[in-house]
Amino acid sequence: MGQILKVDNINVYYGAIHAIKGVSLEVNEGEIVTLIGANGAGKSTTLKAISNLLHPKTGSIEFFGEKLAHIPPHKIVEKGLAHVPEGRRIFLQMTVQENLEMGAYTQGGKTFNEDIDGVFKQFPRLLERRKQIAGTLSGGEQQMLAMGRALMSRPKLLMLDEPSMGLAPILVEQIFDIIKELHKNGTTILLVEQNAQMALSVADRAYVMETGRITLSGTGAELAQSDSVRKAYLGG
Amino acid sequence: MLEFLSYLISGISLGSVYAIIALGYTMVYGIAKMLNFAHGDVIMVGGYVSLLAMTSLGLPTWAAILLAMVVCTVLGVIIEGLAYKPLRSAPSLAVLITAIGVSYFLQNSALLIWGANPKVYSPIIEGTFKLFDGKLPISYISMLTVSVCIVIMIGLTIFTSKSKMGKAMRACSEDKAAAQLMGINVNKTISLTFAIGSALAAIAGVLLCSSYPTLMPTTGSMPGIKAFTAAVFGGIGSIPGAFLGGILLGIIESLAKAYISTQLANTVVFAVLIIVLLVRPAGLLGKYVPEKV
Repeated sequence: MGQILKVDNINVYYGAIHAIKGVSLEVNEGEIVTLIGANGAGKSTTLKAISNLLHPKTGSIEFFGEKLAHIPPHKIVEKGLAHVPEGRRIFLQMTVQENLEMGAYTQGGKTFNEDIDGVFKQFPRLLERRKQIAGTLSGGEQQMLAMGRALMSRPKLLMLDEPSMGLAPILVEQIFDIIKELHKNGTTILLVEQNAQMALSVADRAYVMETGRITLSGTGAELAQSDSVRKAYLGG
Repeated sequence: MLEFLSYLISGISLGSVYAIIALGYTMVYGIAKMLNFAHGDVIMVGGYVSLLAMTSLGLPTWAAILLAMVVCTVLGVIIEGLAYKPLRSAPSLAVLITAIGVSYFLQNSALLIWGANPKVYSPIIEGTFKLFDGKLPISYISMLTVSVCIVIMIGLTIFTSKSKMGKAMRACSEDKAAAQLMGINVNKTISLTFAIGSALAAIAGVLLCSSYPTLMPTTGSMPGIKAFTAAVFGGIGSIPGAFLGGILLGIIESLAKAYISTQLANTVVFAVLIIVLLVRPAGLLGKYVPEKV
């Protein structure tokens, strides 16, 4: 299992605020790695730093051994790193189909039909709503579209930021089933979640983040058993 | 009745020029979320370049128009790169003031290069087409202006709804960060939008000066403001809105000049704008999107 992503001791600032304090983490091929922690712990900021939407002041991020520091966000997608941002951020005024086309923006177009069929197989609801304006989709469908859109770029690593946010429990289960299935089909996933229980149940490895630092790490099962994690995130 | 028709036709023709300018305004606004107040002055540059190309260089009309488009496109991209791009994350007021600065810069540069005396523009086509035994003359330039405007509007609609680049533009106008995560080069897309808008401004310059053949450094300023009004009137950010707003504004202005008073025409135009915005704050075809808090 080769290493795909290596984040080494990064520090990120929002103006004077030191948001990420010396965070290091890694993701290996075929894994689901999750980053859990309370609201405001710096989980999303870490993902934004990996995509270069935010620039770490110090430290390094390597993707397949290549430093990402001076690569603009739109080039990072080309390298096979897809980021489904917090709040989904689908293009609300465009159709489902157009959103998926935007996901395939970096692809030459040769594999477009094959890829979109794959997404529709994974998310049959999107096929039904292909011509619909994305803003009219339900929350769960919008999350599916955001994930499908990211898959259109044929990612080697898929970063999901709070896919369960704002969804009813039954939909959360559905989204996690999809995550498990993507994993089974060989997609490597870095998952940021507040829903620690669900996240730990699917993850190979996990990191716990608190106020900008990683305070614990281990396998998903280990952390699910850990007293401090149980107290803080799993309700005892 | 024929008199009314003739005012209506001249209004549609004037409105078509406004619409072409407004399309540039609205596209730039849609994607860069800024009001490029220098847009009107690019029209003036287009007018001068095409005039000089025809008179001093002796180029054929089509080549003169093409040259004006190329010069304006390059100018638009340079303005964006030098003046607006460094301010991408600055407050919108800073960008607005810069745009006004660029506008004055262009006007005064033109004053320096071409002088303050109005130049007489030679229309690209002359003559009129006479209806009803000559009682209703329609100038060829009016017919050309309206047709060009319709072609541009349809072209832009197809471009933004069907082409990959056009869809990327819409994606950028909705959410720049998400567009970047799709692999879209946002800076390049904004430059392209300025390029298209400025090329349209050159065409508008040629058509405007052909209908109203005096050219001075301030020529673009009033039509620029009117076209901006048209874009807001129709719903800023909307391509069909800019078209509709432009045509309506031209008609209102022309009829107000004919039946109310020449001096009051602009007052009427802006009064109508205020009333429309009171009733429909997002303009005729604009979508009102409440700001997320």
